[in-house]
Amino acid sequence: MAYSDKVIDHYSNPRNVGTLDKSKKNVGTGLVGAPECGDVMRLQIEVDEATNTITDAKFKTFGCGSAIASSSLATEWLKGKTVDEALAIDNMEIVEELALPPVKIHCSVLAEDAIKSAISDYRVKNGLPALELAHH
Amino acid sequence: MLKLPIYLDNNSTTPLDPRVLEAMMPYLTDVFGNAASRNHPFGWAAEEGVDYAREQIGKLINCDAKEIIFTSGATESDNLGIKGVFEMYSQKGNHVITATTEHKAILDTCKHIEKLGGRVTYLPVDEQGLISLAELEAAMTPETILVSIMYGNNETGTINDIRAIARIAHSHGALFMTDGTQAVGKIPVDVIADGIDIMAFTAHKMYGPKGVGALYVRRKNPRVKVTSQMDGGGHERGMRSGTLNVPGIVGLGKACELARLEMAADTARLSVMRDRLERELMTMEETYINGSTEHRLPHVTNISFKYVEGEGLMMGIKDLAVSSGSACTSASLEPSYVLKALGLSDDLAHSSLRFGLSRFTTDEQIDYAINHVKEAVTKLREMSPLWEMHKEGVDLSKIEWAEH
Repeated sequence: MAYSDKVIDHYSNPRNVGTLDKSKKNVGTGLVGAPECGDVMRLQIEVDEATNTITDAKFKTFGCGSAIASSSLATEWLKGKTVDEALAIDNMEIVEELALPPVKIHCSVLAEDAIKSAISDYRVKNGLPALELAHH
Repeated sequence: MLKLPIYLDNNSTTPLDPRVLEAMMPYLTDVFGNAASRNHPFGWAAEEGVDYAREQIGKLINCDAKEIIFTSGATESDNLGIKGVFEMYSQKGNHVITATTEHKAILDTCKHIEKLGGRVTYLPVDEQGLISLAELEAAMTPETILVSIMYGNNETGTINDIRAIARIAHSHGALFMTDGTQAVGKIPVDVIADGIDIMAFTAHKMYGPKGVGALYVRRKNPRVKVTSQMDGGGHERGMRSGTLNVPGIVGLGKACELARLEMAADTARLSVMRDRLERELMTMEETYINGSTEHRLPHVTNISFKYVEGEGLMMGIKDLAVSSGSACTSASLEPSYVLKALGLSDDLAHSSLRFGLSRFTTDEQIDYAINHVKEAVTKLREMSPLWEMHKEGVDLSKIEWAEH
Protein backbone atom coordinates (compact mmCIF):
# COMPACT_ATOMS: atom_id res chain seq x y z
CA MET A 1 0.00 0.00 0.00
CA ALA A 2 1.38 3.40 -0.92
CA TYR A 3 1.23 6.21 1.61
CA SER A 4 0.20 9.73 0.69
CA ASP A 5 2.89 12.42 0.62
CA LYS A 6 1.35 14.05 3.68
CA VAL A 7 1.48 10.83 5.70
CA ILE A 8 5.10 10.36 4.69
CA ASP A 9 5.89 13.96 5.63
CA HIS A 10 4.33 13.68 9.10
CA TYR A 11 5.93 10.26 9.64
CA SER A 12 9.38 11.44 8.58
CA ASN A 13 9.18 14.84 10.31
CA PRO A 14 6.68 14.37 13.09
CA ARG A 15 5.53 17.62 14.70
CA ASN A 16 5.38 18.03 18.45
CA VAL A 17 6.71 14.69 19.63
CA GLY A 18 7.20 14.80 23.36
CA THR A 19 5.83 14.93 26.83
CA LEU A 20 4.15 17.69 28.84
CA ASP A 21 4.20 17.77 32.62
CA LYS A 22 1.02 15.88 33.46
CA SER A 23 1.16 17.01 37.09
CA LYS A 24 0.28 20.54 35.97
CA LYS A 25 -3.35 21.47 36.42
CA ASN A 26 -3.62 23.04 32.99
CA VAL A 27 -2.27 19.96 31.14
CA GLY A 28 -4.72 17.38 29.88
CA THR A 29 -3.56 13.89 28.85
CA GLY A 30 -5.35 11.40 26.64
CA LEU A 31 -4.08 7.84 26.30
CA VAL A 32 -6.11 5.77 23.84
CA GLY A 33 -5.82 2.51 21.97
CA ALA A 34 -4.23 -0.72 23.17
CA PRO A 35 -0.90 -2.43 22.55
CA GLU A 36 -2.77 -5.62 21.53
CA CYS A 37 -4.47 -3.69 18.74
CA GLY A 38 -1.22 -2.30 17.45
CA ASP A 39 -2.03 1.36 18.16
CA VAL A 40 -1.57 3.47 21.27
CA MET A 41 -1.70 7.27 21.15
CA ARG A 42 -0.88 9.62 23.95
CA LEU A 43 -1.88 13.19 23.26
CA GLN A 44 -1.39 16.09 25.67
CA ILE A 45 -2.62 19.66 25.63
CA GLU A 46 -1.56 22.65 27.67
CA VAL A 47 -4.32 25.22 28.12
CA ASP A 48 -4.13 28.92 28.88
CA GLU A 49 -6.91 29.04 31.45
CA ALA A 50 -7.61 32.75 30.98
CA THR A 51 -8.44 32.43 27.29
CA ASN A 52 -9.38 28.73 27.26
CA THR A 53 -6.87 28.38 24.41
CA ILE A 54 -4.54 25.45 23.74
CA THR A 55 -1.01 26.86 23.84
CA ASP A 56 0.91 23.64 23.40
CA ALA A 57 0.25 20.07 22.28
CA LYS A 58 2.51 17.01 22.28
CA PHE A 59 2.11 13.40 21.26
CA LYS A 60 3.73 10.03 21.36
CA THR A 61 2.33 7.17 19.30
CA PHE A 62 2.94 3.45 19.00
CA GLY A 63 1.47 2.44 15.67
CA CYS A 64 1.70 2.40 11.93
CA GLY A 65 2.70 5.38 9.79
CA SER A 66 -0.89 6.54 9.46
CA ALA A 67 -1.39 6.49 13.22
CA ILE A 68 1.77 8.53 13.75
CA ALA A 69 0.77 10.99 11.04
CA SER A 70 -2.78 11.35 12.41
CA SER A 71 -1.55 12.25 15.87
CA SER A 72 1.18 14.54 14.53
CA LEU A 73 -1.41 16.39 12.46
CA ALA A 74 -3.77 16.58 15.43
CA THR A 75 -1.17 18.34 17.57
CA GLU A 76 -0.56 20.82 14.76
CA TRP A 77 -4.25 21.61 14.53
CA LEU A 78 -4.75 21.87 18.28
CA LYS A 79 -2.27 24.63 18.92
CA GLY A 80 -4.00 28.01 19.00
CA LYS A 81 -7.50 26.54 19.09
CA THR A 82 -9.84 27.09 21.99
CA VAL A 83 -10.88 23.97 23.85
CA ASP A 84 -14.34 24.21 22.29
CA GLU A 85 -12.91 24.50 18.80
CA ALA A 86 -10.68 21.48 19.50
CA LEU A 87 -13.72 19.47 20.54
CA ALA A 88 -15.22 20.08 17.13
CA ILE A 89 -12.38 18.37 15.25
CA ASP A 90 -13.86 15.42 13.38
CA ASN A 91 -11.89 12.37 12.38
CA MET A 92 -13.02 12.70 8.76
CA GLU A 93 -11.12 16.00 8.53
CA ILE A 94 -7.98 14.06 9.37
CA VAL A 95 -8.87 11.38 6.81
CA GLU A 96 -9.25 14.03 4.12
CA GLU A 97 -6.14 16.00 5.03
CA LEU A 98 -3.93 12.89 5.04
CA ALA A 99 -5.78 11.06 2.26
CA LEU A 100 -6.06 7.96 4.45
CA PRO A 101 -7.37 4.82 2.73
CA PRO A 102 -10.45 3.11 4.24
CA VAL A 103 -8.34 0.51 6.07
CA LYS A 104 -6.60 3.35 7.95
CA ILE A 105 -9.68 5.31 9.02
CA HIS A 106 -9.40 3.79 12.49
CA CYS A 107 -6.15 5.78 12.93
CA SER A 108 -8.07 9.04 12.53
CA VAL A 109 -10.78 7.81 14.88
CA LEU A 110 -8.12 7.11 17.45
CA ALA A 111 -6.67 10.61 17.01
CA GLU A 112 -10.11 12.16 17.56
CA ASP A 113 -10.56 9.97 20.65
CA ALA A 114 -7.17 11.11 21.90
CA ILE A 115 -8.13 14.78 21.53
CA LYS A 116 -11.42 14.30 23.36
CA SER A 117 -9.77 12.20 26.03
CA ALA A 118 -7.11 14.87 26.65
CA ILE A 119 -9.78 17.58 26.89
CA SER A 120 -11.83 15.46 29.25
CA ASP A 121 -8.79 14.95 31.47
CA TYR A 122 -8.19 18.71 31.49
CA ARG A 123 -11.83 19.34 32.41
CA VAL A 124 -11.81 16.87 35.29
CA LYS A 125 -8.60 18.40 36.65
CA ASN A 126 -10.33 21.76 36.66
CA GLY A 127 -13.52 20.71 38.36
CA LEU A 128 -15.66 20.23 35.26
CA PRO A 129 -17.53 17.03 34.48
CA ALA A 130 -15.78 14.50 32.26
CA LEU A 131 -16.80 14.33 28.62
CA GLU A 132 -18.89 11.40 27.59
CA LEU A 133 -16.49 9.65 25.27
CA ALA A 134 -17.70 7.55 22.42
CA HIS A 135 -16.27 4.05 22.36
CA HIS A 136 -15.06 2.67 19.11
CA MET B 1 27.83 1.24 -4.70
CA LEU B 2 24.98 -0.26 -2.71
CA LYS B 3 21.81 -0.49 -4.75
CA LEU B 4 18.61 0.41 -2.91
CA PRO B 5 16.09 -0.84 -1.96
CA ILE B 6 17.51 -4.07 -0.54
CA TYR B 7 15.49 -7.25 -0.81
CA LEU B 8 15.36 -9.25 2.43
CA ASP B 9 11.98 -10.90 1.93
CA ASN B 10 13.20 -14.13 0.40
CA ASN B 11 10.69 -16.31 2.23
CA SER B 12 8.01 -14.61 0.16
CA THR B 13 9.80 -15.22 -3.08
CA THR B 14 13.35 -15.31 -4.40
CA PRO B 15 14.75 -13.63 -7.47
CA LEU B 16 15.25 -15.83 -10.51
CA ASP B 17 18.82 -17.10 -10.77
CA PRO B 18 20.21 -15.98 -14.15
CA ARG B 19 21.38 -19.55 -14.75
CA VAL B 20 17.80 -20.76 -14.33
CA LEU B 21 16.58 -18.20 -16.83
CA GLU B 22 19.27 -19.30 -19.25
CA ALA B 23 18.10 -22.91 -18.98
CA MET B 24 14.50 -21.84 -19.56
CA MET B 25 15.05 -19.55 -22.53
CA PRO B 26 15.10 -22.19 -25.29
CA TYR B 27 11.78 -23.53 -23.98
CA LEU B 28 10.23 -20.07 -24.15
CA THR B 29 11.34 -19.72 -27.78
CA ASP B 30 12.40 -22.53 -30.12
CA VAL B 31 11.42 -25.56 -28.06
CA PHE B 32 7.77 -24.64 -27.73
CA GLY B 33 6.23 -28.06 -28.19
CA ASN B 34 3.60 -29.69 -26.02
CA ALA B 35 5.26 -32.35 -23.92
CA ALA B 36 2.21 -34.53 -24.45
CA SER B 37 2.59 -34.52 -28.24
CA ARG B 38 3.96 -37.99 -28.81
CA ASN B 39 4.00 -37.96 -32.58
CA HIS B 40 6.54 -35.35 -33.61
CA PRO B 41 9.95 -33.96 -32.69
CA PHE B 42 8.49 -30.74 -31.20
CA GLY B 43 6.70 -32.74 -28.55
CA TRP B 44 9.67 -35.05 -28.01
CA ALA B 45 12.02 -32.11 -27.40
CA ALA B 46 9.65 -30.62 -24.84
CA GLU B 47 9.20 -33.99 -23.16
CA GLU B 48 12.94 -34.43 -23.02
CA GLY B 49 13.27 -31.13 -21.16
CA VAL B 50 10.58 -32.18 -18.70
CA ASP B 51 12.11 -35.61 -18.15
CA TYR B 52 15.49 -34.06 -17.49
CA ALA B 53 13.91 -31.72 -14.93
CA ARG B 54 12.35 -34.73 -13.18
CA GLU B 55 15.81 -36.25 -12.87
CA GLN B 56 17.25 -33.02 -11.48
CA ILE B 57 14.47 -32.78 -8.91
CA GLY B 58 14.80 -36.47 -8.04
CA LYS B 59 18.49 -36.03 -7.30
CA LEU B 60 17.80 -33.14 -4.93
CA ILE B 61 15.19 -34.90 -2.80
CA ASN B 62 16.31 -38.50 -3.42
CA CYS B 63 13.27 -39.74 -5.27
CA ASP B 64 12.54 -41.42 -8.57
CA ALA B 65 11.77 -39.15 -11.51
CA LYS B 66 8.37 -40.84 -11.88
CA GLU B 67 7.35 -39.75 -8.40
CA ILE B 68 7.12 -36.07 -9.34
CA ILE B 69 3.74 -34.54 -10.23
CA PHE B 70 4.07 -31.05 -11.69
CA THR B 71 1.64 -28.38 -10.53
CA SER B 72 1.27 -24.60 -10.65
CA GLY B 73 2.95 -24.12 -7.27
CA ALA B 74 2.97 -25.10 -3.62
CA THR B 75 -0.59 -24.00 -2.96
CA GLU B 76 -1.90 -26.32 -5.65
CA SER B 77 0.41 -29.08 -4.44
CA ASP B 78 -0.87 -28.70 -0.87
CA ASN B 79 -4.45 -28.84 -2.15
CA LEU B 80 -3.77 -31.89 -4.29
CA GLY B 81 -1.97 -33.70 -1.48
CA ILE B 82 -4.62 -33.21 1.16
CA LYS B 83 -7.79 -33.34 -0.93
CA GLY B 84 -6.32 -36.11 -3.06
CA VAL B 85 -5.55 -38.33 -0.06
CA PHE B 86 -8.88 -37.49 1.57
CA GLU B 87 -10.74 -38.72 -1.51
CA MET B 88 -8.47 -41.64 -2.37
CA TYR B 89 -8.41 -43.10 1.15
CA SER B 90 -11.98 -42.34 2.19
CA GLN B 91 -12.66 -46.08 2.65
CA LYS B 92 -9.93 -46.25 5.25
CA GLY B 93 -10.79 -43.19 7.30
CA ASN B 94 -11.53 -39.49 7.35
CA HIS B 95 -9.15 -38.10 9.95
CA VAL B 96 -6.27 -35.74 9.15
CA ILE B 97 -3.75 -34.29 11.61
CA THR B 98 -1.94 -31.02 11.01
CA ALA B 99 -0.65 -28.08 13.08
CA THR B 100 -1.88 -24.57 13.83
CA THR B 101 1.25 -22.94 12.37
CA GLU B 102 0.85 -24.41 8.88
CA HIS B 103 0.54 -22.20 5.83
CA LYS B 104 -2.98 -21.15 4.84
CA ALA B 105 -2.72 -23.42 1.81
CA ILE B 106 -2.81 -26.35 4.25
CA LEU B 107 -5.15 -24.86 6.86
CA ASP B 108 -7.77 -23.63 4.42
CA THR B 109 -7.65 -26.94 2.53
CA CYS B 110 -8.21 -28.74 5.82
CA LYS B 111 -11.18 -26.46 6.50
CA HIS B 112 -12.50 -27.49 3.09
CA ILE B 113 -12.33 -31.20 3.80
CA GLU B 114 -14.01 -30.61 7.16
CA LYS B 115 -16.99 -29.31 5.20
CA LEU B 116 -16.92 -32.54 3.20
CA GLY B 117 -17.19 -34.63 6.37
CA GLY B 118 -13.52 -34.89 7.23
CA ARG B 119 -12.26 -34.59 10.78
CA VAL B 120 -9.11 -32.53 11.31
CA THR B 121 -6.93 -32.20 14.40
CA TYR B 122 -4.89 -29.00 14.58
CA LEU B 123 -1.98 -29.65 16.91
CA PRO B 124 -0.70 -26.69 18.95
CA VAL B 125 2.99 -25.82 19.05
CA ASP B 126 5.33 -24.84 21.87
CA GLU B 127 7.11 -21.48 22.11
CA GLN B 128 9.77 -22.77 19.74
CA GLY B 129 7.10 -23.51 17.14
CA LEU B 130 7.45 -27.30 17.47
CA ILE B 131 4.61 -29.78 17.84
CA SER B 132 4.69 -32.26 20.70
CA LEU B 133 5.38 -35.82 19.54
CA ALA B 134 3.41 -37.12 22.50
CA GLU B 135 0.40 -35.06 21.47
CA LEU B 136 0.72 -36.32 17.91
CA GLU B 137 0.86 -39.90 19.17
CA ALA B 138 -2.21 -39.29 21.31
CA ALA B 139 -4.12 -37.76 18.41
CA MET B 140 -3.63 -40.76 16.12
CA THR B 141 -6.73 -42.92 15.62
CA PRO B 142 -7.56 -45.91 13.41
CA GLU B 143 -9.36 -43.43 11.11
CA THR B 144 -6.27 -41.24 10.71
CA ILE B 145 -5.28 -41.37 7.06
CA LEU B 146 -2.84 -38.47 6.89
CA VAL B 147 -0.47 -36.47 9.04
CA SER B 148 0.63 -33.23 7.36
CA ILE B 149 3.29 -31.17 9.11
CA MET B 150 5.39 -28.55 7.35
CA TYR B 151 9.13 -29.00 7.06
CA GLY B 152 10.23 -25.41 7.77
CA ASN B 153 7.92 -22.62 8.86
CA ASN B 154 7.50 -19.67 6.50
CA GLU B 155 7.39 -17.01 9.23
CA THR B 156 9.95 -18.22 11.75
CA GLY B 157 11.98 -20.84 9.85
CA THR B 158 11.40 -23.38 12.63
CA ILE B 159 12.13 -26.93 11.44
CA ASN B 160 10.01 -29.75 12.78
CA ASP B 161 11.37 -33.18 13.70
CA ILE B 162 10.20 -34.61 10.40
CA ARG B 163 11.64 -38.10 10.82
CA ALA B 164 10.10 -38.64 14.24
CA ILE B 165 6.75 -37.34 13.01
CA ALA B 166 6.86 -39.64 9.97
CA ARG B 167 7.63 -42.65 12.19
CA ILE B 168 4.62 -41.94 14.39
CA ALA B 169 2.33 -41.52 11.38
CA HIS B 170 3.56 -44.76 9.82
CA SER B 171 3.35 -46.74 13.04
CA HIS B 172 -0.39 -46.04 13.00
CA GLY B 173 -0.82 -46.83 9.33
CA ALA B 174 -1.24 -43.21 8.22
CA LEU B 175 0.55 -41.44 5.41
CA PHE B 176 2.95 -38.61 6.12
CA MET B 177 2.86 -35.44 4.04
CA THR B 178 4.99 -32.35 4.44
CA ASP B 179 4.78 -28.87 2.98
CA GLY B 180 8.40 -28.49 1.95
CA THR B 181 8.01 -25.07 0.37
CA GLN B 182 10.56 -23.27 2.55
CA ALA B 183 12.91 -26.20 3.11
CA VAL B 184 13.47 -27.85 -0.27
CA GLY B 185 16.55 -26.37 -1.86
CA LYS B 186 17.63 -24.74 1.40
CA ILE B 187 18.43 -27.69 3.65
CA PRO B 188 18.96 -31.38 2.83
CA VAL B 189 15.59 -33.04 2.29
CA ASP B 190 15.67 -36.78 1.58
CA VAL B 191 12.25 -38.32 1.12
CA ILE B 192 13.55 -41.84 1.77
CA ALA B 193 15.57 -41.11 4.89
CA ASP B 194 12.94 -38.69 6.20
CA GLY B 195 10.05 -41.10 5.59
CA ILE B 196 8.03 -38.64 3.51
CA ASP B 197 5.14 -40.04 1.47
CA ILE B 198 3.92 -36.80 -0.08
CA MET B 199 5.67 -33.45 -0.31
CA ALA B 200 4.67 -30.10 -1.78
CA PHE B 201 7.25 -27.60 -2.97
CA THR B 202 7.67 -24.77 -5.43
CA ALA B 203 10.27 -23.23 -7.74
CA HIS B 204 10.04 -19.57 -6.80
CA LYS B 205 11.30 -20.04 -3.25
CA MET B 206 14.57 -21.47 -4.58
CA TYR B 207 15.52 -19.04 -7.32
CA GLY B 208 13.22 -20.60 -9.90
CA PRO B 209 10.26 -19.07 -11.74
CA LYS B 210 6.81 -18.43 -10.28
CA GLY B 211 3.86 -20.51 -11.35
CA VAL B 212 5.43 -23.94 -11.18
CA GLY B 213 5.70 -26.40 -8.33
CA ALA B 214 5.57 -30.10 -7.69
CA LEU B 215 4.06 -32.76 -5.51
CA TYR B 216 6.23 -35.71 -4.65
CA VAL B 217 4.04 -38.82 -4.40
CA ARG B 218 5.74 -42.02 -3.25
CA ARG B 219 5.43 -44.97 -5.63
CA LYS B 220 6.61 -47.85 -3.45
CA ASN B 221 6.77 -48.83 0.22
CA PRO B 222 3.94 -47.91 0.17
CA ARG B 223 2.52 -47.02 -3.21
CA VAL B 224 0.63 -43.77 -2.62
CA LYS B 225 -2.07 -42.36 -4.86
CA VAL B 226 -3.96 -39.11 -4.76
CA THR B 227 -7.25 -38.44 -6.49
CA SER B 228 -6.88 -35.86 -9.23
CA GLN B 229 -8.31 -32.44 -8.41
CA MET B 230 -7.95 -31.27 -11.99
CA ASP B 231 -9.58 -33.46 -14.59
CA GLY B 232 -8.68 -33.45 -18.24
CA GLY B 233 -6.12 -35.19 -20.37
CA GLY B 234 -4.82 -37.50 -17.70
CA HIS B 235 -1.37 -35.97 -17.51
CA GLU B 236 1.04 -36.71 -14.66
CA ARG B 237 -0.06 -40.34 -14.25
CA GLY B 238 -3.66 -39.20 -14.06
CA MET B 239 -3.09 -37.18 -10.90
CA ARG B 240 -2.93 -33.71 -12.45
CA SER B 241 -4.28 -32.95 -15.87
CA GLY B 242 -3.24 -29.92 -17.83
CA THR B 243 -0.60 -29.13 -20.44
CA LEU B 244 2.76 -29.06 -18.74
CA ASN B 245 4.40 -25.69 -18.15
CA VAL B 246 7.57 -26.81 -19.93
CA PRO B 247 9.74 -23.69 -19.45
CA GLY B 248 8.67 -23.46 -15.81
CA ILE B 249 9.40 -27.13 -15.22
CA VAL B 250 12.81 -26.80 -16.86
CA GLY B 251 13.43 -23.82 -14.55
CA LEU B 252 12.37 -25.81 -11.49
CA GLY B 253 14.71 -28.60 -12.54
CA LYS B 254 17.63 -26.24 -13.00
CA ALA B 255 16.88 -24.53 -9.68
CA CYS B 256 16.97 -27.94 -7.97
CA GLU B 257 20.26 -28.82 -9.61
CA LEU B 258 21.83 -25.54 -8.49
CA ALA B 259 20.44 -26.01 -4.99
CA ARG B 260 21.95 -29.49 -4.78
CA LEU B 261 25.36 -28.30 -5.95
CA GLU B 262 25.49 -25.06 -3.97
CA MET B 263 23.45 -25.77 -0.85
CA ALA B 264 26.38 -26.44 1.44
CA ALA B 265 28.20 -23.28 0.42
CA ASP B 266 25.02 -21.16 0.46
CA THR B 267 24.04 -22.44 3.90
CA ALA B 268 27.46 -21.75 5.36
CA ARG B 269 27.51 -18.21 4.01
CA LEU B 270 23.88 -17.34 4.74
CA SER B 271 23.85 -18.65 8.28
CA VAL B 272 26.90 -16.55 9.14
CA MET B 273 25.23 -13.45 7.69
CA ARG B 274 21.90 -14.23 9.35
CA ASP B 275 23.57 -14.79 12.70
CA ARG B 276 25.46 -11.52 12.42
CA LEU B 277 22.29 -9.60 11.53
CA GLU B 278 20.51 -11.22 14.44
CA ARG B 279 23.35 -10.69 16.92
CA GLU B 280 23.66 -7.02 16.06
CA LEU B 281 19.93 -6.36 16.25
CA MET B 282 19.69 -8.25 19.53
CA THR B 283 22.11 -5.80 21.13
CA MET B 284 19.11 -3.48 21.38
CA GLU B 285 17.16 -3.97 24.59
CA GLU B 286 13.67 -5.49 24.59
CA THR B 287 14.31 -7.34 21.35
CA TYR B 288 13.25 -10.97 20.98
CA ILE B 289 13.83 -13.78 18.48
CA ASN B 290 10.65 -15.64 17.56
CA GLY B 291 10.73 -19.40 17.11
CA SER B 292 13.47 -21.92 17.60
CA THR B 293 17.07 -20.80 17.15
CA GLU B 294 18.25 -24.39 17.34
CA HIS B 295 15.99 -26.03 14.76
CA ARG B 296 15.79 -23.39 12.09
CA LEU B 297 16.31 -22.70 8.40
CA PRO B 298 19.68 -21.03 7.85
CA HIS B 299 18.49 -17.94 6.01
CA VAL B 300 15.65 -16.53 8.10
CA THR B 301 15.15 -14.72 11.38
CA ASN B 302 12.02 -13.31 12.93
CA ILE B 303 12.53 -10.62 15.54
CA SER B 304 10.16 -8.58 17.70
CA PHE B 305 11.20 -5.06 18.62
CA LYS B 306 9.02 -4.42 21.64
CA TYR B 307 7.21 -1.06 21.93
CA VAL B 308 7.54 -0.42 18.20
CA GLU B 309 4.77 -1.34 15.78
CA GLY B 310 5.83 -3.45 12.80
CA GLU B 311 4.20 -1.53 9.98
CA GLY B 312 5.41 1.77 11.38
CA LEU B 313 8.85 0.22 11.53
CA MET B 314 8.70 -0.99 7.96
CA MET B 315 7.84 2.53 6.88
CA GLY B 316 10.94 3.72 8.70
CA ILE B 317 13.13 1.23 6.86
CA LYS B 318 11.71 1.91 3.45
CA ASP B 319 14.95 0.92 1.72
CA LEU B 320 14.64 -2.59 3.13
CA ALA B 321 12.03 -5.02 1.85
CA VAL B 322 11.00 -7.28 4.74
CA SER B 323 7.74 -8.67 6.17
CA SER B 324 5.97 -8.00 9.42
CA GLY B 325 3.62 -10.03 11.59
CA SER B 326 1.78 -6.81 12.27
CA ALA B 327 -1.91 -6.79 11.59
CA CYS B 328 -1.62 -3.53 9.75
CA THR B 329 0.10 -5.20 6.84
CA SER B 330 -2.83 -7.47 6.19
CA ALA B 331 -6.45 -6.81 5.38
CA SER B 332 -7.55 -8.35 8.67
CA LEU B 333 -6.68 -6.56 11.87
CA GLU B 334 -5.34 -9.70 13.49
CA PRO B 335 -1.59 -10.06 13.89
CA SER B 336 0.22 -13.19 12.69
CA TYR B 337 -1.56 -16.40 13.73
CA VAL B 338 1.76 -18.21 13.54
CA LEU B 339 3.41 -15.95 16.11
CA LYS B 340 0.32 -16.07 18.30
CA ALA B 341 0.44 -19.88 18.17
CA LEU B 342 3.95 -19.65 19.65
CA GLY B 343 2.38 -17.90 22.62
CA LEU B 344 3.43 -14.39 21.67
CA SER B 345 1.20 -11.63 22.99
CA ASP B 346 -0.56 -9.57 20.35
CA ASP B 347 1.66 -6.56 20.98
CA LEU B 348 4.86 -8.56 20.40
CA ALA B 349 3.36 -10.09 17.27
CA HIS B 350 2.59 -6.58 16.05
CA SER B 351 6.22 -5.63 16.66
CA SER B 352 7.82 -8.37 14.57
CA LEU B 353 9.86 -8.30 11.39
CA ARG B 354 10.92 -11.25 9.27
CA PHE B 355 14.24 -11.06 7.49
CA GLY B 356 14.88 -13.61 4.75
CA LEU B 357 18.29 -13.82 3.08
CA SER B 358 19.12 -15.25 -0.30
CA ARG B 359 22.00 -16.53 -2.39
CA PHE B 360 22.34 -12.96 -3.65
CA THR B 361 22.46 -11.22 -0.27
CA THR B 362 25.79 -9.50 0.45
CA ASP B 363 27.63 -8.52 3.62
CA GLU B 364 27.31 -4.91 2.58
CA GLN B 365 23.52 -5.27 2.43
CA ILE B 366 23.48 -6.81 5.90
CA ASP B 367 25.58 -3.93 7.26
CA TYR B 368 23.10 -1.49 5.79
CA ALA B 369 20.16 -3.43 7.21
CA ILE B 370 21.65 -3.52 10.71
CA ASN B 371 22.22 0.24 10.81
CA HIS B 372 18.95 1.11 9.17
CA VAL B 373 16.83 -1.05 11.50
CA LYS B 374 18.65 0.14 14.61
CA GLU B 375 18.16 3.78 13.65
CA ALA B 376 14.48 3.30 12.90
CA VAL B 377 13.78 1.34 16.09
CA THR B 378 15.55 3.97 18.18
CA LYS B 379 13.67 6.81 16.51
CA LEU B 380 10.28 5.10 16.85
CA ARG B 381 10.88 4.17 20.46
CA GLU B 382 11.56 7.81 21.25
CA MET B 383 8.17 8.45 19.71
CA SER B 384 6.47 5.55 21.50
CA PRO B 385 4.39 6.21 24.64
CA LEU B 386 4.83 2.54 25.58
CA TRP B 387 8.61 2.84 25.50
CA GLU B 388 8.42 5.94 27.73
CA MET B 389 6.16 4.16 30.20
CA HIS B 390 8.40 1.10 30.16
CA LYS B 391 11.41 3.31 30.91
CA GLU B 392 9.50 4.91 33.80
CA GLY B 393 8.86 1.47 35.23
CA VAL B 394 5.14 1.41 34.47
CA ASP B 395 3.75 -2.13 34.20
CA LEU B 396 1.88 -1.97 30.90
CA SER B 397 -0.07 -5.12 31.67
CA LYS B 398 -1.68 -3.33 34.64
CA ILE B 399 -3.10 -0.51 32.53
CA GLU B 400 -6.73 -0.70 31.54
CA TRP B 401 -6.47 -0.18 27.81
CA ALA B 402 -9.49 1.02 25.89
CA GLU B 403 -9.83 -1.73 23.31
CA HIS B 404 -11.07 -0.45 20.02
